[in-house]
Amino acid sequence: MRSPYSLYLVMAAALAFSLLSCGKKEETTEKAPAVTPAAAPVDLATVGSVSGTVKLDGPAPKPKKINMAAEPSCAAIHASSPAFDEEVVEGEGGTLANVVVYVKEGAGNRAFEPPKTPVTLDQKGCTYIPHVVALQASQPLDVINSDKTTHNIHPVPKNNREWNKSQPPGAPNIEEVFGREEVAIPVKCNVHPWMKSYIAVFKHPYFQVTKTNGSFELKNLPAGTYTIEAWHEKYGTTSQTVTLAAKESKTVSFVFKAASGD
Amino acid sequence: MTTSKKPGLHRFALFTAGCTLLLLVAGALVTSNDAGLSVPDWPLSYGSLTPPMVGGIRYEHSHRLIASFVGLLTIVLAVWLWLREPRPWVRRLGLVALGAVIAQGVLGGLTVWFFLPVPISVAHASLAQLFFSTVISLALFTSRWWQSDLPQLDDSGAPRVRQLGLWSVAAIFLQLILGAALRHKGFGIVPHLAGAAVVTFLVFWTAAVLRRRFPESAVLARCRVLLHALLGFQLLLGGAAWWSRVAAREFPQPMPVMVWLTVAHTVVGALVLAGAVVVALVCFRILNPAREAALASHSEAAPLRLSR
Repeated sequence: MRSPYSLYLVMAAALAFSLLSCGKKEETTEKAPAVTPAAAPVDLATVGSVSGTVKLDGPAPKPKKINMAAEPSCAAIHASSPAFDEEVVEGEGGTLANVVVYVKEGAGNRAFEPPKTPVTLDQKGCTYIPHVVALQASQPLDVINSDKTTHNIHPVPKNNREWNKSQPPGAPNIEEVFGREEVAIPVKCNVHPWMKSYIAVFKHPYFQVTKTNGSFELKNLPAGTYTIEAWHEKYGTTSQTVTLAAKESKTVSFVFKAASGD
Repeated sequence: MTTSKKPGLHRFALFTAGCTLLLLVAGALVTSNDAGLSVPDWPLSYGSLTPPMVGGIRYEHSHRLIASFVGLLTIVLAVWLWLREPRPWVRRLGLVALGAVIAQGVLGGLTVWFFLPVPISVAHASLAQLFFSTVISLALFTSRWWQSDLPQLDDSGAPRVRQLGLWSVAAIFLQLILGAALRHKGFGIVPHLAGAAVVTFLVFWTAAVLRRRFPESAVLARCRVLLHALLGFQLLLGGAAWWSRVAAREFPQPMPVMVWLTVAHTVVGALVLAGAVVVALVCFRILNPAREAALASHSEAAPLRLSR
């Protein structure tokens, strides 16, 4: 009788071939952004601002209730007021929350010292608070666990270093930095798969995340022409060009179109 | 042929195969619940052997515990074969199984350390299928049936049924790799659908040839039924799993219907491969290629000739 090793050789060859065909995840190593001397220092006496609102055109999708039965300590917190997904949070009159509005182009090659004050991302009731955070590159991010359960914090960046850290209840805050600009980094908790958040990282301070009223204000902008972009996790990006004279304030509005089928 | 008929060894191999199937269920539950990185460290879990069993940690740590148990069973099986099995190639296959389970553990650890890179995740999922088929093969080789004197059948058609069986196994294994790549977001659905078409064609061809050339063989009739039943069930599960993935996409968390359908599709996929391996091995065991047929016939409807 022949030994059946040929069968295994065929399968091993198939495995090797297919693995070679699979896409390789690109490794990114985080480096601090190259600091170049300010092209022209910002003169606070002449700066202006861009403000406005972000709205949704069309009906927002009905928020979906999160079932936290898998985590009794969090289910108890939401016993009287259930938690809903925060993918689309609409205010009165169609205003849209959790939109990152920022200067995409026009800030030039000015170098901005990152603030020392950390931005916080809290895990409370098995949700991330806030749902979307924005910070400057190299500004500290403090991750807090206010829950009585263990979480893991797992950002999945494309342009920064990926990390995955556990945080049991009562553990010290986790302090991390992101060195490169990226809009926006999804954050997951694999222990509680409904927990999702986004972190937007900028090399300048001209950004803001909208609240439920959809309003934003980008302050201290020197005179110049800017591309202002609005990013939303479901609806993507939309942008406008604004030209500011010295001390001028302008108002712009962004409107995202609700996806069909929502 | 030097043989051993040790029912204890055969039963132990079967038990190991059963536990491996359970391990496949546990592994598929990890992927479907997106819990692969719920435990950020390896080989320990949160620095201990008894992490808090909450949320996704339950799936990941249970998977690690069952995997450790299967690893232990495989060590016992390999040692038992080495000490008691007279056929050198079966002893060597026991070592292959041991090597595979060790490699599988290391691949699992690498997926944690490197945040589920697609090639390593796909390799982990695919090697799991190979390991299961290897243990099933060991159970077959140590069975009383395999080691008894069996009537030999002449296969005078072209292509040989042995060849068709091998092609089916290779196609199913490639299809499982494509499925794993789909689950781990390496490929889209199209390659997996194309693979399903190829596998269906080859399995139907193999079964049809078996029916045409060996209509009176009860063993081969059971092989045909096994292939048809597993493939049919798997195709239905595949459609249902895809529907559930699309339907559950808008929900903020993995929905139970999606989880269980995708787990079932993954595990039945392993059974399809193991079934095809068993059928191919049975064909190698009881079919003899008729020499003259290789020269004369290219017909599939060659006459039945029995020999011992």
